[in-house]
Amino acid sequence: MNIPAEFGICESDLTEMVIPNDLRAAKNSEDRILLHLARFDYSPECTFAIKLAMEEALTNAIKHGNRNDRRKQLVLRYFIDDERAVIMVRDEGPGFAPADVPDPTAEENLERPNGRGLMLMHAYMSRVRFNAAGNEVWMLKFNRDEPIERRGF
Amino acid sequence: MEQPSTHLRIKRSEGVSVVEFADRKILEELSIQEIGEELDRLVDAEPGIRLLLNFHNVDHLSSAALGMLITLNKKVKERSGELKLSDINRQIFEVFKITRLNRVFEIHDTADQALTGFKPS
Repeated sequence: MNIPAEFGICESDLTEMVIPNDLRAAKNSEDRILLHLARFDYSPECTFAIKLAMEEALTNAIKHGNRNDRRKQLVLRYFIDDERAVIMVRDEGPGFAPADVPDPTAEENLERPNGRGLMLMHAYMSRVRFNAAGNEVWMLKFNRDEPIERRGF
Repeated sequence: MEQPSTHLRIKRSEGVSVVEFADRKILEELSIQEIGEELDRLVDAEPGIRLLLNFHNVDHLSSAALGMLITLNKKVKERSGELKLSDINRQIFEVFKITRLNRVFEIHDTADQALTGFKPS
């Protein structure tokens, strides 16, 4: 999948990491991205949002995409400057249809233990886009994005 | 009396088990299963448990943690117990609001407020 045009970056802007399908390895990569955010002085709210969305995307990729198979890998690509953070996560799984995921905030789903990751990614990031297969997600967060309580959630 | 535990600090106060999380990063996916198991054991050991989870030391949480809390809440209710949450910081409370789980859990600003609301044992 090409970088979504509205993300405002090009291929050469991106740094790529290939990581084992393992939560601890994913955590190390996540920490590296958090260091970049600190370097560019992202607000605590923005950092919280990116950390949460990134963790949900990585967890989904490891558990649901690659089905906890340690022989598989993830690709994580990112770009961070003082204006925006872009994060892409791709797994080796067959993908899924995001539109088919039930709304976890519907009354009948409120007490279901699963199915909130995707919703949180959408809630906390400025843009979230999937490729057609559903095994690659691109997320964008503007550093000066409105705090979440003012964005209608 | 304080009991040994890897991820949790558990104290008794007025017949309520008050649980604090030992590490502010613990609610991440890596340890959430272990935390869920520790809380499960606590609930299994005391039918009708009155349980307060104090989040004052927690600054991050994921959907896996929310799932664990939902499962725990159901289990406590099935055993005629009570579960309350307290001291949730603004950012984390926002996660509860966005997911509408503030309607599922009984959430108090402080542990003291939560403690006064438990039914007598």
